[in-house]
Amino acid sequence: MSDEDQDVILSELDDDELVLQMHDDLYDGMKDEIEESVNILLERGWTPYDILTKALVEGMRIVGIDFRDGILFVPEVLLAAGAMKGGMFILKPLLIETGAPRLGRMVIGTVKGDIHDIGKNLVAMMMEGAGFEVTDLGINNAVEKYIDALEREQADILGMSALLTTTMPYMKVVIDTLVEKGLRDEVIVLVGGAPLNEEFGKAIGADAYCRDAAVAVETAKALVARKHNQVSA
Amino acid sequence: MNEVSDIALTETGLAPTGRERAGSILLIACGALAREILALKAMNGWAHLDLKCLPANLHLTPQKIPEAVRAAVRKGRADGYADVYVVYADCGTGGLLDNVCAEEGVSRVAGPHCYSFFDGNETFAARDDEEMRAFYLTDFLVKQFDAFVIKPMGLDRYPQLRDMIFGNYEALIYLAQTNDPALDRAAQAAAARLGLSYERRFTGYGDLAAALSKAAALA
Repeated sequence: MSDEDQDVILSELDDDELVLQMHDDLYDGMKDEIEESVNILLERGWTPYDILTKALVEGMRIVGIDFRDGILFVPEVLLAAGAMKGGMFILKPLLIETGAPRLGRMVIGTVKGDIHDIGKNLVAMMMEGAGFEVTDLGINNAVEKYIDALEREQADILGMSALLTTTMPYMKVVIDTLVEKGLRDEVIVLVGGAPLNEEFGKAIGADAYCRDAAVAVETAKALVARKHNQVSA
Repeated sequence: MNEVSDIALTETGLAPTGRERAGSILLIACGALAREILALKAMNGWAHLDLKCLPANLHLTPQKIPEAVRAAVRKGRADGYADVYVVYADCGTGGLLDNVCAEEGVSRVAGPHCYSFFDGNETFAARDDEEMRAFYLTDFLVKQFDAFVIKPMGLDRYPQLRDMIFGNYEALIYLAQTNDPALDRAAQAAAARLGLSYERRFTGYGDLAAALSKAAALA
């Protein structure tokens, strides 16, 4: 994003400039600079929540748009995510201490037989950034593992990911088991992964298919709000 | 065919010969399968099969495969071929290619991807989760390893991403269609570059032979 070669002294930038610089540094996957900037803003009295939302999440939102539009590709998004992770690592304990707003709880994992987790990791990170508590079950998850975690965490959302045509049908096994156990209405089911599409999401009974991490966050926010409205109505 | 490079098969595909369309079947295939299809065609004397390959690098954006196939099927029909057969597996289209085939009234080779039909679909399915942590290459992918793995994954520019991308894999399995020591060595080097153990499994043409035999009988 930034083509300037001269060294920027991060501590000499005012707050607005520094936040914009952080968007650039996230875009360029510069983890060390992001960590330094997070610490600078903390020293200046910024709340962890503001740093997270205004600098990191907003920066990743820009990355997400350029990924969707074919300007950035998977490697660049991975580097950006790595940089954001560095910032999140500093902020996470502080967010817990300062009681940042929580939107809901999500259990997420790649389905049985599938080891691909790049997209799932991005979604988990962006959901955390958006204010959801995320329990990440990792890869190769059998239905029992999903159900145990949903019950244990009292989760609002289940996220399932698959990269393979051969593993994506397992999502239906999980959803059918939720129905059998009378748990389906308790949880919002979001699915994603390269070979999936909206038609597949509908056919297996998911609440939504999410094309990318940004869509997952927006969909989760909208469906959680709708669920809360239904409960309070 | 010898003059067609692997790079051309990756980036531009292969045009059909266009000879004697009226009695011929047009095969619409992925460029990654061109050499195997032409070898089977020559071995079996299937002179009435003509081959059009779409660029193999469509696999980097599999969502584009169904409509690219549809356009090629329609063009094949408009050009006067007796019939059309699709030599693509599902290839990460999540069933959308099957929808297109059904809408256009054409059949395709069975299987989720070429690794499966080269290995044999039944054999591959029976392995279930046993090889979940395997990364597969075919003859073509060994030759085009940089174009399909190193460059799109950014490992030429950001080698530090290797473990983030391949950390959950354990082995690279080279599904060999031919016996070529040079490809074996290249596949072994690919495994080392990705930090994976190496296995070579000779598959020959697997289920592709039977699928093309079915296509040849369409005329």
